[in-house]
Amino acid sequence: MDGSTILARLRARLGARVLETHEHHGDHTAVVAREGIVDALSYCRDNAELRFDMLMDLTAVDYLKFPGREDGPRFDVVYHLYSVAHNHRVRLKVQVEQDAASVPTATGLWPIANWFEREVWDMFGIRFEGHPDLRRLLMYEEFVGHPLRKDYPIERRQPLIGPNV
Amino acid sequence: MPERTARELFLGEGPGTGSGSQNLYVNMGPAHPAMHGIIRIFAELDGEVVVKGDVEIGYLHRAFEKECEIGPYNNAIPFTDRLNYVSPLINNFAYASAVEKLLDIEITERCKYIRVVMSEISRVCDHLTCVGASAMELGAFTVFLYMIKAREFLWELVEDVTGARLTISYGRVGGVKADLPDGFGIKVRKAFAEVRQVLSEVHTLITGNRIFMDRMVGVGALSAGESIAWGITGPLLRAAGVPFDLRRVQPYWAYDRVEFEVPLGKNGDNFDRYLVRMAEMGQSMRMVEQALERMPGGAINVDFEGREIPVDAYVDLGKQGKTEGLLLLPITLSPNLQGQGRAAQERVNVADKTVVMPPKETAYGSIEGLMNHFMLVMDGYGIRPPAGEAYFAAEGANGELGFYVVSDGSDRPYRVRCRPPCLPPVAALPRMIEGQMVADIIPTFGSVNMIGGELDR
Repeated sequence: MDGSTILARLRARLGARVLETHEHHGDHTAVVAREGIVDALSYCRDNAELRFDMLMDLTAVDYLKFPGREDGPRFDVVYHLYSVAHNHRVRLKVQVEQDAASVPTATGLWPIANWFEREVWDMFGIRFEGHPDLRRLLMYEEFVGHPLRKDYPIERRQPLIGPNV
Repeated sequence: MPERTARELFLGEGPGTGSGSQNLYVNMGPAHPAMHGIIRIFAELDGEVVVKGDVEIGYLHRAFEKECEIGPYNNAIPFTDRLNYVSPLINNFAYASAVEKLLDIEITERCKYIRVVMSEISRVCDHLTCVGASAMELGAFTVFLYMIKAREFLWELVEDVTGARLTISYGRVGGVKADLPDGFGIKVRKAFAEVRQVLSEVHTLITGNRIFMDRMVGVGALSAGESIAWGITGPLLRAAGVPFDLRRVQPYWAYDRVEFEVPLGKNGDNFDRYLVRMAEMGQSMRMVEQALERMPGGAINVDFEGREIPVDAYVDLGKQGKTEGLLLLPITLSPNLQGQGRAAQERVNVADKTVVMPPKETAYGSIEGLMNHFMLVMDGYGIRPPAGEAYFAAEGANGELGFYVVSDGSDRPYRVRCRPPCLPPVAALPRMIEGQMVADIIPTFGSVNMIGGELDR
């Protein structure tokens, strides 16, 4: 199924909860409202014609310093879905504000979402509601802040941890 | 619970020991030889059976994604070398292709073939390392030595082309750094003969070996459905019988112009993963041979006529400002150390000078080249893809290697995300080892082919 048909399906199913769709360089993207994301993901996974059975990637982008989006929602949580059965792809996005940086978890749909979401929490500080074990994945527990946020300076040093340091 | 004395602990007496078995907690890693240095499995054992495993990563985290944000697009190439240190060429090309997608440019036909050739050589190196190391961990040290010997032949090929063995920095946005050297096809044939010999020896040594099979067959298995749910791609998914190979299902570069088979397993256990990797090496070599045969552009590297000067002397002259007549001088350049021949450059790279880095000879040898170079690397200059986003996926040695690049229209990437192929299998590792014996952790972890640089980034 080609990308624009997939997007049309999503629009038909989710209605106004699909905020925007676009195509960049052959990749098709749907921006979904925060409350509709789990619905959209499970529809993508379970619909027989879509069958997006693999959550290929889950990441986030901090748009704090993006020209034209300084005042918009700060983060995008980005889902890359792939269908092994039908060999097609789609990208879903959820926009979240800094103050309410949380998205419902997808761990109920794909077990791999567990680690991907932990990584996003670790790097961006976006919470996933209902995640069974939201710990940091790459940084250590005592690390302060979220390094991939645009306002986290790259030169910042954090104190060494351990006894008597 | 009251404290137990040392004597009670030693004898297994005292409160808390009388009510049946107690589970034991064992830390494997992060400095355990079988954990390849940088991963920790916190295992709860009942006797020798793993009840629960918690996998901890991040010991090698170097902020790859953050580092990419601070420099121009081309500056990320050396960082991508360090993602997978056994097949860095694939990482180079995949990142470059993502940026090319963002720029909407198409690389030349010859360059596509070069990328296929170098990627497949890397894949064989990767599989040799993985199979050799996991066989060694099971005691088959001969296999490790043989396979590392074979890898050495291939690394010599890589060194011939790129000038380096590991940190190759060979890919470029819009092309590759240099053309293939003279007589490369002959060297490839020689190296492949050696590798094929090693593969058949290894088959004889371990494929039917009782000890090896006892430890691999039926161990660490994941079904096809489970593998898909865990986001697992590459040899691990194919070992479970799913014919998902990006080179076949969504061909890129020149993969649709070479013939190959996608080897499949059935049970998804460690033994199937081993067999799939062994078969894939054969297919990769087959692809390289076809690509070399069909590579457009005639002879590899042009034969320059006339005077020859060594590359270093040429570059030194340029650096000293003695550039008079330098560009008119016909030279034979080593394609791997400094840059590439002028005539070859036209063939390999795209013509757009606002995208592709000029070869070092041109940068050192002429003011135009120097300006061209500076305009691509200086702060505030460099290539500027239009604002937007692109995801490019290549079939890495471990599975889908994806780069998601977001551009804000400036000269540096706003965000670079690497989808590491070995993260999903490592996340699923507890699922593979729970219920197995503690000794089964070793072959299972080996079969996952965890690459720290890529996993932690």
